[in-house]
Amino acid sequence: MLRSPFFKEREKIMEKAIKRYFPVFVLPTMLAFTIGFIAPFIMGIYLSFCKFTTVTDAKFIGLVNYTKIFNDPSDPFLHSLWYTAAFTVVSVLLINVLAFIVAMLLTKKIKGTNIFRTVFFMPNLIGGIILGYVWQLLLNGILLSFQRTLTYSSTYGFWGLVILMCWQQIGYMMIIYISGIQNIPGELIEAAKIDGANSRQVLFNVTIPMVMPSITICTFLTLTNGFKLFDQNLALTNGEPSKMSEMLALNIFNTFYGRPGYEGVGQAKAVLFFILVAVIAIAQNTLTRTKEVQQ
Amino acid sequence: MNVRKAKHGTLLTVIFSIISILYVYPIALVVINSFKKKAYISRKPFAIPTGKMFVQFENYVNGIKKTGFIEAFGWSLFITVFSVAAIILCTSMCAWYISRVKNKVTSTIYYLCLFSMIVPFQMVMFTLSKIANILHLSNPVGIIVVYLGFGAGLSVFMFTGFVKSIPLEIEEAAMIDGCTPIQTFFQVVMPILKPTCITVAILQAMWIWNDYLLPYLVLDMRKYKTIPIAVQYLRGGYGSIDMGAMMGVLVLSIIPIIIFYLSCQKYIIEGVVAGAVKG
Repeated sequence: MLRSPFFKEREKIMEKAIKRYFPVFVLPTMLAFTIGFIAPFIMGIYLSFCKFTTVTDAKFIGLVNYTKIFNDPSDPFLHSLWYTAAFTVVSVLLINVLAFIVAMLLTKKIKGTNIFRTVFFMPNLIGGIILGYVWQLLLNGILLSFQRTLTYSSTYGFWGLVILMCWQQIGYMMIIYISGIQNIPGELIEAAKIDGANSRQVLFNVTIPMVMPSITICTFLTLTNGFKLFDQNLALTNGEPSKMSEMLALNIFNTFYGRPGYEGVGQAKAVLFFILVAVIAIAQNTLTRTKEVQQ
Repeated sequence: MNVRKAKHGTLLTVIFSIISILYVYPIALVVINSFKKKAYISRKPFAIPTGKMFVQFENYVNGIKKTGFIEAFGWSLFITVFSVAAIILCTSMCAWYISRVKNKVTSTIYYLCLFSMIVPFQMVMFTLSKIANILHLSNPVGIIVVYLGFGAGLSVFMFTGFVKSIPLEIEEAAMIDGCTPIQTFFQVVMPILKPTCITVAILQAMWIWNDYLLPYLVLDMRKYKTIPIAVQYLRGGYGSIDMGAMMGVLVLSIIPIIIFYLSCQKYIIEGVVAGAVKG
């Protein structure tokens, strides 16, 4: 962009005029942000090293809460960690592959595309709790003919959750993939075809590299959604049978509010959970960003 | 060649039509069961309610009574509308300020907002609910502050991304003509930000309307419920769910969303795409 020679100076003058208005522009958001995020976050870190029942009676006890997490055989924390990881891997793969296929097919000019998009996207707007009960009815109904229920074993709950999350998220990811595919310049694919590439080569050497930004976003969203899943888990199985289908977020919730005296352990788990989600999010982002085509 | 392609297209249309019907089926099943006597719902979920199974609107009446659904709907609407309005107004102002005034404070604010986006709610849920209690925010008005605070990260991030692309000359001209920064923001910047406002509003409304855990922990449960809380409330003690009431409440929760979706579909889908590209 062409900018006049005095641009920097003029920018400074404007900055000076705006600067005094900090209380009007920034203060309301920052106050709420402090109450809603900064203060709870800092206190959360501190409390993970404390024994407490409310925030006012905290006593510093060092790393005891953290060691308790791993030395408690009655606590299925490690099980829920693997359960969550397995669920996330399966759901990320299924959702992204299926959403990409659907997006590819729906960008070919077939009749009724708009209706299909509308239908596939719809479940996203419905809340997790409500979806959990909707699917509980359907899945329990199907399992009824085998004399089983969803809470018969944690494997049923696992695949129940996978089906539910696919159903809910495919539409959302599909929309993102469609916009990615439509942004590929048509000449690029034409040129590849003229050079003699078959449709398989076009897919792997042109389409997929070009939609890499969409893939980054969609894997990021499905990955974090998978790890943070709570509402659907609570409504569909509530961790039954005997906490074996309990995912991490629900396990942390139950430690806080289901076991008196374990608030500190719950907070320590929450800190570990935060670190885990943050590391995965950052690692995934740097990993797929390096694969994106420079445009 | 063309004939083959056309046949190909028709086949796909047929396949997708079948998948679409399957996609809607879980919700249709709930609607069917909402008219069924509650004893039959678990035993014969796939039967069409006829004869003695059919109960008219009994399940709906029961569900509304048991959960206080009408009030829950009202509170959900109140909290969503005002929280989204507060988020749009406050975070767009904040984002404009931190992109126009460059110093250590504003860049710290920006990075804090970015950081807050990767922190899961479980990390702050206990302390946040206690702080909200101490500050007397455990009511539908107070929770707006909590939503503004916890939702600020994403919104500030998205607004700053857009503000950066607005040429400075427009604002400068307004300020030379004698506008104060407040007038400049509302009369010049805000109209340009309108598409981003819609995107942010849609993403935040989808989150707040469906949010269960935050209002469950923050709100005073004896007085105020939102729709997800009302639905979960039916689970009650261990394993005992009134399936009839549940079906009625589920249908009542889904219908308004579908109506809203079909009437603003274009904005919702555009909002999601724009949000994803920025995020």
